[in-house]
Amino acid sequence: MTMASTIAPAEAPTFHLAQEHEHPEGHSTMLGFWIYLMSDCLIFAILFATYGVLGASYAAGPGPKDLFELPLVALNTTMLLLSSITYGFAMLAMDKGRAGATQAWLAVTGLFGLAFIGIELYEFAHLIHIGATPQRSAFLSSFFALVGTHGLHVTFGLIWLVTLMVQVGLRGLVPANRRRLMCLSLFWHFLDVIWIGVFTFVYLMGMLR
Amino acid sequence: MRRFRIAALLPLISILGGCNFVVLKPSGDIASQQGDLILVSTLLMLIIIVPVMALTILFAWRYRHSNTAATYDPDWHHSTRLELVIWSAPLAIIICLGAVTWMATHLLDPYRPLDRIDASRPIVPDAQPIEVNVVALDWKWLFIYPQLGIATVNELAAPIDRPINFRITSSAVMNSFYVPALAGQIYAMPGMETKLHAVINTPGTYRGFSANYSGAGFSGMRFAFHGMARADFDKWVATVRASGGELDRQGYLALERPSENEPVRHYARVDAHLFGAILNMCVEPGKMCMNERMALDAKGGMGLAGINNLLPLTYDKQARRGAVFGATPAFLPSVCSIEEANRNLTASAPPAAAEPVQGAGLPRPARKQPRDAQQGLSTLPVRQPSNS
Amino acid sequence: MSEGSPALHAIFGRLTLESFPIHEPILVVTFAVVALGGLALFAAVTRYGLWGYLWREWFTSVDHKRIGIMYMVLGLVMLIRGVSDAVMMRLQQAMAFNGSEGYLNAHHYDQLFTVHGVIMIFFVAMPLVTGLMNYVVPLQIGARDVSFPFLNNFSFWMTVGGAVLVMMSLFVGEFARTGWLAYPPLSGIGYSPDVGVDYYIWALQVAGVGTTLSGVNLICTIIKMRAPGMTMMRLPVFTWTSLCTNVLIVASFPVLTVVLALLSADRYLGTNFFTNDFGGNPMMYVNLIWIWGHPEVYILILPAFGIFSEVASTFSGKRLFGYTSMVYATVVITVLSYLVWLHHFFTMGSGASVNSFFGITTMIISIPTGAKIFNWLFTMYRGRIRFELPMMWTLAFMLTFVVGGMTGVLLAVPPADFVLHNSLFLVAHFHNVIIGGVLFGLFAGITYWFPKAFGFRLDPTWGKISFWCWVVGFWLAFMPLYILGLMGVTRRMRVFDDPSLQIWFVIAGLGAALIVAGIAAFLVQIYVSIRRREALRDLTGDPWHGRTLEWATSSPPPAYNFAFTPVAHDGDAWWDMKARGYERPLTGYRAIHMPRNTGAGIVLAGISVALGFALIWYIWWLAALSFAALLTVAIGHTFNYHRSFHISADEVVRVEDARTRQLAVQG
Repeated sequence: MTMASTIAPAEAPTFHLAQEHEHPEGHSTMLGFWIYLMSDCLIFAILFATYGVLGASYAAGPGPKDLFELPLVALNTTMLLLSSITYGFAMLAMDKGRAGATQAWLAVTGLFGLAFIGIELYEFAHLIHIGATPQRSAFLSSFFALVGTHGLHVTFGLIWLVTLMVQVGLRGLVPANRRRLMCLSLFWHFLDVIWIGVFTFVYLMGMLR
Repeated sequence: MRRFRIAALLPLISILGGCNFVVLKPSGDIASQQGDLILVSTLLMLIIIVPVMALTILFAWRYRHSNTAATYDPDWHHSTRLELVIWSAPLAIIICLGAVTWMATHLLDPYRPLDRIDASRPIVPDAQPIEVNVVALDWKWLFIYPQLGIATVNELAAPIDRPINFRITSSAVMNSFYVPALAGQIYAMPGMETKLHAVINTPGTYRGFSANYSGAGFSGMRFAFHGMARADFDKWVATVRASGGELDRQGYLALERPSENEPVRHYARVDAHLFGAILNMCVEPGKMCMNERMALDAKGGMGLAGINNLLPLTYDKQARRGAVFGATPAFLPSVCSIEEANRNLTASAPPAAAEPVQGAGLPRPARKQPRDAQQGLSTLPVRQPSNS
Repeated sequence: MSEGSPALHAIFGRLTLESFPIHEPILVVTFAVVALGGLALFAAVTRYGLWGYLWREWFTSVDHKRIGIMYMVLGLVMLIRGVSDAVMMRLQQAMAFNGSEGYLNAHHYDQLFTVHGVIMIFFVAMPLVTGLMNYVVPLQIGARDVSFPFLNNFSFWMTVGGAVLVMMSLFVGEFARTGWLAYPPLSGIGYSPDVGVDYYIWALQVAGVGTTLSGVNLICTIIKMRAPGMTMMRLPVFTWTSLCTNVLIVASFPVLTVVLALLSADRYLGTNFFTNDFGGNPMMYVNLIWIWGHPEVYILILPAFGIFSEVASTFSGKRLFGYTSMVYATVVITVLSYLVWLHHFFTMGSGASVNSFFGITTMIISIPTGAKIFNWLFTMYRGRIRFELPMMWTLAFMLTFVVGGMTGVLLAVPPADFVLHNSLFLVAHFHNVIIGGVLFGLFAGITYWFPKAFGFRLDPTWGKISFWCWVVGFWLAFMPLYILGLMGVTRRMRVFDDPSLQIWFVIAGLGAALIVAGIAAFLVQIYVSIRRREALRDLTGDPWHGRTLEWATSSPPPAYNFAFTPVAHDGDAWWDMKARGYERPLTGYRAIHMPRNTGAGIVLAGISVALGFALIWYIWWLAALSFAALLTVAIGHTFNYHRSFHISADEVVRVEDARTRQLAVQG
């Protein structure tokens, strides 16, 4: 690697930029957020692995077949998938610079998200009511940890979404807000992908077991 | 001056000479193979370590700033040949060491039955190994000799030149069973069985201890390991038999409670199913054995019917011991009557992997409200949490 | 737990008067000393009216240089705590023979070895490493700051928050008595019902947030903020190792976060992840924590490797030998560090094939590591080696680390590990690589970059005293442990029954005393250097004839680092600039866009400490309140859109002209 020879000594090399070399604010935000998402992905990976190890330790109690209601989960999945689509519409509106439409689509997304959380909470409440608590068996512990962590993420996504709706309302689609909407978009779709994993690995395969 | 320096080293050497390097010069065949492996590996690595250290000193001295006679070549920073050497030399050593590792790991696998007594004597086909079941308790060791029907606390003995098969478990937390003179260590874990095959070749008394920190009494968790000639061992067994005492389940439950620096104890008789029950965490009456639970789980659990059977499964989690939001353990009073509990006290442990797979005292219950069941708690002889 | 009134219980949770260890004389005296020291410091800062200055210029600063220095201060303060614990352990083990119980009971001693490990890894080595990376990396790549300056400040204060929780456990309640990795079931609620493990969990969780975010930040910085011309294969080696370290951080700390979260679920909610009953599996904890724990070792050592590379080439006056293979070796180590975790528990009963797989992957790591050692060796070859302090540390490292590496490979041979696992041999091994590798590297780095940060060098005389105390002290303290390990002595023992071992513990204790002398000499060195700063002053900004861009600017660098963004044409960019007659520009300055200071980081971290404390002591109202506050402040912070400002061209002209005059005086 003789890098010194890449520039012939004859030409006068420039050793500094005369113009200010501007790193515009937030130019690495998307990369940074992506890396953060990957670390979050690792969190889910470990929770999936935990479920993989403990998912069959029913402690002489109920298993997935006894507990899960697929129609309800299918409805739940639909809510989340729809919310992803409507988030996509929000981003399209943002691209066209229509703040009002963006907010409206965000609101729809939020409603779908709320519906998802509501159904999940109903499911949890039902399980706990019949005695299938996280304390009942290692299987249930890891189930609640995995699904619950996803649910917590969606909840934080909702809080963030509301915050952004307010901020778009206050300042319009300024670059900072656009960047934040992009980040939330990544986050929201990421949660969707994780949910597909949960749906397949926990619910569908649980029914097959 | 130099002579003085060497003289100053003398006391150091003398204390080194007085040391008992039990890991390198042990008295059991497995441990001595492991000790030899340490020496071989070290020598292999020294092939590369010594030149590196020598070159470091040499280069540092030769190319010191004040030595203007040495070549100075500020732009020399690459040599394909040299790079090849510096990557392949460690590689070669690691290939050798890797091969040694692969073979030795399989050969000295603690789960593998022995095939020799020592370097010169292969195992005799009809030599029956002596079985020892080891339980790490808080904070002492219980040794059960199933073939002899005796048990000891904090004292282990074995005849020389006879294979010993250890089955190891723990009652509460993780420990590590280690007699350096005999063989390498292996963890002792609750609800888990680990194995160790070893042999002792020289008579003597050796140190044994837990090599994994396990709580307040850890330092005192020592035992003496006696390697004995055949006749001496028989005498020792007779002494143990003569010293009376029986270790039954209740005795075990008392013994199991945390205690420190325990003296040696001998038991002339021991419940034949005790070790299996300890291993499966069901010594306490009314508990479901782990192997049964696992067999049930393999068939998909007990469904909603089993949802409220918590107490038979509760081993040491003891929600009432602290977990602030934990559910209260619940059970069905009809199952845990006093008669039932008493019956369990006298019954021997169920055989391993029993079917029909139902825990002791666990008929499939009718579903009932768990909350109503709590008044029955006091009727059951529950093991009290020992630290509250 | 004592029975108090329900009202008190609601207000203070399980915190009672008995929680304060007033019956432990050692702790009371420690508390008195710490409190007096703290009061004196507080009084001094108040007396000289420095609170405003500290708050404006340091605590709320988003300048990577200031944050880097604060990390270093944190690491050094915690080093003193960690070493005190080590000395107490050495003293106990040297005394507890012949029926003596020593002077520490099990309750205290078991906390000591736990807290020593936790502090040394999380609150000494990590802050020192992160601090150096923070300070040096942006300068080396010709950047003005990191990618996310506020996040940087926040990360630092979260690390401080974790340290505060650990220190708090000394005087309020107790720390874990489980060993530094807190294996369940021992760390479960059944066997550790007290607050110790909760302190452990929340201290690491709070600090872990900071570490992960700072990892994200530095990766982005290195990828996005490089000066023009600085391609990946022209990055200084320290920056390369920092990149790999931060990749490791981002890809391993989430594992720790989850494991600790699951352990706290077991402790708080009564779930069954790592319990003995209800199908829990403690072995899974051991696996998961080491999937984080092994990369953690490389998180610490890789930046040290980077420092040695910089130092070796600078003080040999020679280009680094085998830059490319150095980079690839670093990357290979990064990847392999994920494939070896099982070697920490060969004795858990895995099959022979599994054990030998992980044994051999471990050995393979020694190949790139060996290549690195050779590269430093051949960097010295045909050089002109100046034996300044950083180079002395490097040589001590090379001679010490190879021994630690050798014993490491030895421990990777499973049958050998069966007899050496958990023994003092193992303790000697990892101190050999962590002191001989990481700590020597950090000292090399501190002496190397100190003049950059403060504009004057560290006093060499006291530095040499510190160096020799450390090196001799290390060998004296840890060679006996190797010997004891071969004598079959296991670790974490509080009392011993074999009197023939005592002499070795006494020798090790003497070594520890020498190390303490080394630390004292280091502190004296800093004091003397500040007193003699005019004599040690360096005005050039390049006291060692450096090779990389950080030496291109003044010492200490201005807030904006470089008046003009440099352009790199070579791996050793500054060396190349000097060689080709680079002239410092004297006109044409422009306004510079910089991030604005903010107090949000310290506030958020403060609330996190309150939240952690509340959860540790079951003070639920405080937990709810601080959680709500955390959310509110975090959201409130996002409503602040004014996060940057411009340093005016006039200001830049003023600063640069001052430097021009200085350089003229220098001649």
